[in-house]
Amino acid sequence: MAPFPLPLEQILGHWGSYVIYLVIGFAFGYVLEIAGFGNSTKLAAQFYFKEMTVLKVMFTAIIVAMVLVFGAAAVGLLDYNLIYVNPTYLWPGIVGGLLMGVGFIVGGFCPGTSLVSAATGKIDGIFFVLGVFFGIFLFGETVSLFEGFWNSSFMGRFTLMDWLGLPTGVIVVGIVLMALVMFFGAELAEKYIGGMDLKKAPRWRFGAAGGLLMVGVVVLLIGQPTTADRWARIEREQGTALENREVQIHPGELLDYIHNDSVRVIMLDVRAEVDYNLFHIHTAQHVADVHALIPSLHLEPENTLFVVMSNGETAATEAWKVLVAEAVPNAYILEGGINHWIEVYGEGAFPAVGNPGDDALAYNFDAALGARHPAAEPLPENFNVVYTPRVEFEFKRGPASGGCG
Amino acid sequence: MASLTKRLPILEKLSAKREANDYINPYLAGLLLGLVLFTAFFVTGSGLGASGGLNRLLVVVQDAIAPAHVDRTPYLLAMAGGDRNPLDSWVVFMTVGTIAGGFVAGWLNGRSRFETIKGPRITNQTRWLLAFIGGAFMGYGARMARGCTSGQALSGGAVLSVGSWAFMFAVFAGAYALAAVMRKVWN
Repeated sequence: MAPFPLPLEQILGHWGSYVIYLVIGFAFGYVLEIAGFGNSTKLAAQFYFKEMTVLKVMFTAIIVAMVLVFGAAAVGLLDYNLIYVNPTYLWPGIVGGLLMGVGFIVGGFCPGTSLVSAATGKIDGIFFVLGVFFGIFLFGETVSLFEGFWNSSFMGRFTLMDWLGLPTGVIVVGIVLMALVMFFGAELAEKYIGGMDLKKAPRWRFGAAGGLLMVGVVVLLIGQPTTADRWARIEREQGTALENREVQIHPGELLDYIHNDSVRVIMLDVRAEVDYNLFHIHTAQHVADVHALIPSLHLEPENTLFVVMSNGETAATEAWKVLVAEAVPNAYILEGGINHWIEVYGEGAFPAVGNPGDDALAYNFDAALGARHPAAEPLPENFNVVYTPRVEFEFKRGPASGGCG
Repeated sequence: MASLTKRLPILEKLSAKREANDYINPYLAGLLLGLVLFTAFFVTGSGLGASGGLNRLLVVVQDAIAPAHVDRTPYLLAMAGGDRNPLDSWVVFMTVGTIAGGFVAGWLNGRSRFETIKGPRITNQTRWLLAFIGGAFMGYGARMARGCTSGQALSGGAVLSVGSWAFMFAVFAGAYALAAVMRKVWN
């Protein structure tokens, strides 16, 4: 498994992990200040095409961070699945963005830069921060009036790759090129509208631009790891767990977790739909393609247990490999599958099939029962089931919210 | 004191009342900011943020003044309902760090002083009023968009979120649309 991001809470403890954020915040504030972002006239000059500092700093930062993030992901150092990607709420985002644009040109800052400005004693910055507090206060008091809109056009973790259907590397190179074109336009504006002498600008910027573009092309050539690559990296460790049967949980353990109110159980039934319709465990969901589900599984809370099941174990094991390779935490396989479940909880209600094939349903059903049978939701107290517990909850890596939650 | 500052250059640097240093080249600043942003993603899995921390600092005050109101408002409840501590969030610590980092950088470069920065044609009072109004728009918009320039545009942009890119262009569009009206304020 890719070693980064780090499970900070596990390493440093709950409050201890916050020290890291304090340090990162310090570097953030420091860089904003030396970039000149504590100075409102410097920021506002952007919107009169006189001095394009805002655009240059922002887009340089974006392309540098982007190339490094996807470069680290490409070589298997960083797991992009565990990176917080702001969920898309398209229209609230656009309306909020327009309001912020108005705030930017009227007030001269954005929230981050106003903090730096206020910290360096700029009185306009202090008034701006007070205004931000007032705006946030007003939002908290009025959001209930348009809650529907605020939660509308939700698209989840929706990336440019999903939208355009292009490989990550192509998007990365495309964004770098777009930024370089914007920088070129910005420098023309500074020359002809701002009257700046471009000969004074450092020459290393051409080399830096070329270097960044080259790293982007390398990221494109390496490509992002596929599920198979990811599995290959963890096969030794996880394959042993699989063979030692540390990740197969007994039906009794699953049933106990279903009835455990402090744990959220998500059951993924990966059998053919016909078998699912004949019989499945109550609240288990039929899954045709596990890959498509991965992004939503990453949004589940830390106390979620994922259990995959097939009739036996073959298909479930393959699905489990996908979950583990894609870094879904707390994923387990139902030991012996649905057949084992019916053996334990069916109370002899269904006649057994003479010689079922591998991973085939071992019982006969006269009708498609779905979950409409007591065996689909048995009560644990009616059964005396003994099992060896296997589930060990692991810490979730990466925070569940972004910088604005 | 004077001899002491001569012997310790750092103290000489710290004593104010001197020429402010120039800001660094924007591309260099962008490169440094990009490295900070990458480090945040690499180590913690999340990017940068500012408005969320301000929000939670405000909720502390609201919770102290009107705890019942906080418990009845779903949006506030999620941060400070019951005995939940609104400061128990990484973004609060990042915000505190940002303030400290800005302060130190301004101090070391001789840019920390009480002053009002404004266009030449308006008074200080007008600038303060506009700053407050602009801040209010910013705060309201940032909460509506679920993030500010740092948390949405910068962080979400670098990890290629569609919503963050749409948001970023909306911010620039809003500012450019009103730039002509505000020309007198800044020029």
